[in-house]
Amino acid sequence: MEPVAAQGPRRVPGSPRPGAPRRRWVPIAKVGVWAAALVPLLVLSWGLAGGFHVVDPVEEIQRRTGIAILVLLFATLSVTPLRRITGWNSLIRFRRLLGLFAFFYAVLHAFSYFVFDQELSFPAISADVAEHPWVLVGLLSFVLMIPLAVTSTQGWIRRLGGMAWSGLHALVYPIAIFGVLHFWWLVKADVTEPAIYAAVLAVLLVARFLVRRR
Amino acid sequence: MHTIRTPDLPSREITDEALYWNRREWLKAAGFVAAALPLAPSTLAATRGDDDELTPWETVTGYNNFYEFGTGKEDPKRNAQGFVTNPWSVEVSGEVKNPRTWDLDDLIRGLAVEERVYRMRCVEAWSMVIPWNGFRLRDLIDRLEPTSKARFVEFTTLHDVRRMPGQRSSILDWPYTEALRMDEAMHPLTLMVTGVYGKTLPPQNGAPLRLIVPWKYGFKGGKSIVRIRFTQRQPLTTWNVMAPHEYGFYANVNPNVDHPRWSQKKERRLGEFFRRDTLMFNGYADEVASLYTGMDLRRNY
Repeated sequence: MEPVAAQGPRRVPGSPRPGAPRRRWVPIAKVGVWAAALVPLLVLSWGLAGGFHVVDPVEEIQRRTGIAILVLLFATLSVTPLRRITGWNSLIRFRRLLGLFAFFYAVLHAFSYFVFDQELSFPAISADVAEHPWVLVGLLSFVLMIPLAVTSTQGWIRRLGGMAWSGLHALVYPIAIFGVLHFWWLVKADVTEPAIYAAVLAVLLVARFLVRRR
Repeated sequence: MHTIRTPDLPSREITDEALYWNRREWLKAAGFVAAALPLAPSTLAATRGDDDELTPWETVTGYNNFYEFGTGKEDPKRNAQGFVTNPWSVEVSGEVKNPRTWDLDDLIRGLAVEERVYRMRCVEAWSMVIPWNGFRLRDLIDRLEPTSKARFVEFTTLHDVRRMPGQRSSILDWPYTEALRMDEAMHPLTLMVTGVYGKTLPPQNGAPLRLIVPWKYGFKGGKSIVRIRFTQRQPLTTWNVMAPHEYGFYANVNPNVDHPRWSQKKERRLGEFFRRDTLMFNGYADEVASLYTGMDLRRNY
């Protein structure tokens, strides 16, 4: 049941309604989300520090951050369907955190491409992007995340207004689709893994339309 | 820029596990090459750049593509343990004087094994520097006596689902086949490999017998070879059949011809953070460019 917002200022998604009961479990669960979202970073750091054998450090960075981005994007996209199915509206209070963690890993991923692969050479990057759709969709996915990360604050939601803000943040769909495509085009022969990601994304997208707001 | 790598294996690399079927021959050959070196400095075609540090054993034998044992880079090492390569037979067929099946030991007995340090450039844009032990393919071909009709030679990898678990999924059209034009096969740089780092070739690297063509992308080097066939017509090769626009028959390393999906201009030497320029024919242009005179390498990728 989506409560009808009271008249007056637009309510900020994710913020508790005035007068709503405080959810004591939310802060605890947020700690859990932080911990889970930091696992890929910890594993990666452990490997790069010599904790396990890493043959190709840059590939390790790109593979682990790439998977983390997709998983976190999917978690972000699952908030709304889950909320509608379970009626736990508090779930929305995790969405921004999940989205920002996806962006955090996207920054690491893009950084390793710009710095290690291209040594910050603008001509090399532009040629690579222009010639290879695989790179282009990856870069697009990253660039589109930037305005979403910037406008993720409550201040920006208020400034833009709920409709415009929601419209802007619908960019998460192309971001996720481009991300999966980027993964798919990387593979030479065995597309099992990207196919699983594509299937999960398809389910998440379809779920939004099937599980309509009641 | 090129230096000649002398077969100066430190004793630790040959004493603990020498090539088990031809240790004697190998030592003899090593001694012979070492003795001949001062006389023939520029003819020994094992070239290595000044900044070509050997890739460590753990990486060479623990990180590679061998889809017969799984598609992950670390799958072959894990899944190839216990792969039995003795006995091993090789069928020699096609345009050859005496088509027959050989026991591997008989097939390669007496062929001069040398160490060759080669760059290995994967089509995925990473590379290694590997000290292979092997003999020239041309020496083997001379032994097999192909007929004058032979224009290509094809190499087939073992197809045995029970021994190669990666073949349970049909991601590639098994068995894996690769092929060379005869002049490529007869080139002195083209090597049949039985060892690496002075030791018997581990199963994850294509034991007991594999092909190495250092100026071509790594996938041209068929592994665990069970059939050598000489043909008049250009054979079908696995990756070319799988994705003809992405993997050509020639697959010469060429920084000017990109893979349709990614750039081939640079490569990451495994273990390094920054990429280095990919060299034409993987740095062996002086030796092999003449094989392709007059050919459009953009068309014949």
